[in-house]
Amino acid sequence: MTRLLAGEPAVVTAGATVFEEALAAQAVRYEPVDWRPPIPGSENALAAVMADPRREGANAAAVERLLTSGPRLVDVLSARDALGIEPGTFFHAGPPTGWELASGPLRGALIGAALFEGLAEAPDKAEALFARPGRIVLDSCHHHGAVGPMAGVLSSSMWTFVVEDAEHGGRSYCSLNEGLGRVLRYGAYGAEVIERLRWMSAVLGPVLQASVRRHGPVDLKAIIAQALQMGDELHNRNRAATSLLIRELAADLVDCGAPTGQVAEVLRFVGGNDHFFLNLSMAAAKVAADAARNIPGSTMVVAIARNGTDFGVQVSGVPDRWFTAPAAVPDGLYFGGYSPADANPDIGDSTIMETFGVGGFAMAAAPAIVRFVGGEVPEALAATQAMYEITLAENPAFQIPILDFRGTPTGVDVTKIARTGILPAINTGIAGREAGTGQVGAGLVTPPPDVFVAALETLAAAVPPRQVA
Amino acid sequence: MTDWVTVRPGAYHDSVSLMRASRTLSELDGVETATMAMATELNRDLLTRAGFTIPGDVGPNDLVIAIRASDDAALNRARAQLDTVAGNLLGRADRRTNADAGVAAPRTVGSAARRLDASVALVSVPGPHAYVEAIDALDAGLDVVIFSDNVPVEQEVALKEEARRRGLLVMGPDCGTVVVGGVGLGFANALRGGPVGIVAASGTGAQQVACLLDAAGTGVSHVLGVGGRDLASEVAGRSTVQALAALDADPATELIVLVSKPPDPEVDRAVRQAANALSTPTLVAALGPGRDDLTAVAEKAISTLGGRPPTWPHWPAPRPQRPRPGAVRGLFAGGTLCEEAMLLAADQLGPVRSNVPLRPEWRLGSDLRAPGHVMLDFGDDRLTQGRPHPMIDSSLRTERLAAESRDPDCAVVLLDVVLGYVADPDPATTLAPAIREARSGAERDGRDLAVVASLCGTEADPQGLLRQAEALRDAGAAVFVSNAAAARHAVALIEGVRR
Repeated sequence: MTRLLAGEPAVVTAGATVFEEALAAQAVRYEPVDWRPPIPGSENALAAVMADPRREGANAAAVERLLTSGPRLVDVLSARDALGIEPGTFFHAGPPTGWELASGPLRGALIGAALFEGLAEAPDKAEALFARPGRIVLDSCHHHGAVGPMAGVLSSSMWTFVVEDAEHGGRSYCSLNEGLGRVLRYGAYGAEVIERLRWMSAVLGPVLQASVRRHGPVDLKAIIAQALQMGDELHNRNRAATSLLIRELAADLVDCGAPTGQVAEVLRFVGGNDHFFLNLSMAAAKVAADAARNIPGSTMVVAIARNGTDFGVQVSGVPDRWFTAPAAVPDGLYFGGYSPADANPDIGDSTIMETFGVGGFAMAAAPAIVRFVGGEVPEALAATQAMYEITLAENPAFQIPILDFRGTPTGVDVTKIARTGILPAINTGIAGREAGTGQVGAGLVTPPPDVFVAALETLAAAVPPRQVA
Repeated sequence: MTDWVTVRPGAYHDSVSLMRASRTLSELDGVETATMAMATELNRDLLTRAGFTIPGDVGPNDLVIAIRASDDAALNRARAQLDTVAGNLLGRADRRTNADAGVAAPRTVGSAARRLDASVALVSVPGPHAYVEAIDALDAGLDVVIFSDNVPVEQEVALKEEARRRGLLVMGPDCGTVVVGGVGLGFANALRGGPVGIVAASGTGAQQVACLLDAAGTGVSHVLGVGGRDLASEVAGRSTVQALAALDADPATELIVLVSKPPDPEVDRAVRQAANALSTPTLVAALGPGRDDLTAVAEKAISTLGGRPPTWPHWPAPRPQRPRPGAVRGLFAGGTLCEEAMLLAADQLGPVRSNVPLRPEWRLGSDLRAPGHVMLDFGDDRLTQGRPHPMIDSSLRTERLAAESRDPDCAVVLLDVVLGYVADPDPATTLAPAIREARSGAERDGRDLAVVASLCGTEADPQGLLRQAEALRDAGAAVFVSNAAAARHAVALIEGVRR
């Protein structure tokens, strides 16, 4: 109800500063908007979508479902058992693509996966296998409730985490993290890469399975919430979360019946991999984002993903449609000997973390790594602050101490992106562009604005005709 | 002559601030012209036609600065001044952008509303973008005042429909004036508090009635401007009806006055019906041929409250003004003041051509010129595209005043001066010299150009009513606080008018 006549007004101003001056002259409380014109070309779609009577309720429902999701690690299974992936089928990160369009790191990861599955004896044979039409099935992880970091390749014999949403009942899957350096997800497929994958399937997966089953569901939301207060942003830093996970599982690891030597191998492996939890935070984010899908009229982003060639997004109100544009090369720091010339365009499903409101959105929680992604602490604070301008809610479960325990900015709204021109802040690793190289650096990536405008246009076309009383 | 153009990508400022900055730079020694503007299509076009070379890859989010100076030394001086001059004028906006306390400025109305626990939003972004910010305000539970003009009518209807659904008020677009609990939002006068609540489908109509009441010692509770089109058939009085209900429920309001331009007849009936159903006495005052003018409405309000209408203040011209042959030319900033003057003039003089004509056949062409009686509303949407409202910047009006002074047909110039918050902080400093110049120019051609000013304001306004009145009078104008009285006086100065 209007409160206008009830007392002294408190005023928001947007537009000409003369109006602010007049309010200041009358000692009225006011908050000026730093208004700018919307992204050029988005004006009509923006007006149409803002007029959609379903929008507000749909967005409230979408973000509520995301925020209330209760991701729990319930099992660890082979991809064949978890997702029914047959040999010869490969899932990959990002929007769907084919071998012809695949970037170097994705090709490298596919070659490695084919070698690992025993479908080819040598890299050139694997390439030939993928190049021949009809033999191989490629599909997007996202189409199967799965996510994969970087190349995100998932094949039949790899093992995956199984995450369940205790609140909404969804399931999600993500491979086990291999560690840093020369690893499959960055496109490396040398002997040590394949060797490690074999060990992961033979030892890591089964031991984790036994310990998780013995432990019972692991509350991932609680671990993420604690890790955010311990310096993780859950995308480029998962050190605290990894430690918390192992602490949680330690007794059941010891007690799960696996040979002591294997338990020691697992602990040594996870202990040497600060990113081990990333694949779990991704699965947690995925199950939460999926809970918010397919709500008619919602302008909330439910997936951000890259395949090394294209950058793609999906929004809740447009079921299953990808909006894509060419991916950019991240801006960041490079490992010794590498330079931007060696970098592949942006790749991976790990941007599900930003979709979930952490990662780049929670940079203020992770000052320890701002230099790793090429920034400074004030920029980290500013990045998180800016994300509140393009999101629908603050996550009461995920608090950022330095921002007075403000909840992480959650639920990216494409109308707000178009209105402000502020693009999602995304942290990412950088893969080498040549197949087989591996990781060359880490940094920040600027999403192509066109994908959000395209999503907005499709939402606009779906707005029901207005009924005027 | 030397040109210099630079672009500051992503440095957005509103057009009013930029106009001010441009003017200050243009006034520097040796600077022929200086423009600071957002690189919209319109502005790029204007600069290109002025002979500047504008880079092709700039857009409406980029600030373009173009300076033409007499020589390199003057240009360098201007450039050296640029940052201080521009910085001062744009300082507020810059401070917002580079927020220092680590807290970024809000970028949408919804975001700002959360920070302040706000009750109302003032939207003055360019018209095509106003709808989005206004709907965001409604989403956040705020009433909205829209000062933007050039808002499509279907968007206005959609906003008002949404507001009705939520029990909120949309005031505007092109709304002009709102005063709540003594606080002026937008173009508004500093008014004394009192029992009269005003609903106005016209900004300056409300200002005129409120200022006359103020001059008579009668105060207002609230003034709710609902937008110039609210009583047109498309909008159908949606906000008027809600504003009437809000005032009816307000304990401080003892008498409601509804002021409007000539409404759509059907809407007029519906609104009168709504007014009759209120428990608070309501005067419905819609301008129209043979109906009460705004001054009569103010007088009725005073009488209804048991008071006696005063003699309205006026300041006669220093040199007595006598009837003379020729035409009257009205140069208005206030749309309703223009409408009222046209109604009074047409009644006596016959056809009055205008860009906002009383009859379609009296519409002016795009050059806005015609022989005979002409009255112009410089605040009309079509004349405010890409420039500030004439109540803030009178340069278009002073240009036209100069042109009228050279027109042998022009015998009387009638103009309005509207005071209050947001309006030009000292309109007489621009208008008085322009009036003097116009009169002496006409005199050189052997004509006595009569200038009549309708001055709408209060003594408590930042500009001061008395100071403005005296400055205008000293420049040679006859000054009236009643716009109707000013119009009648101007008409009476045309020789051969039946009285």
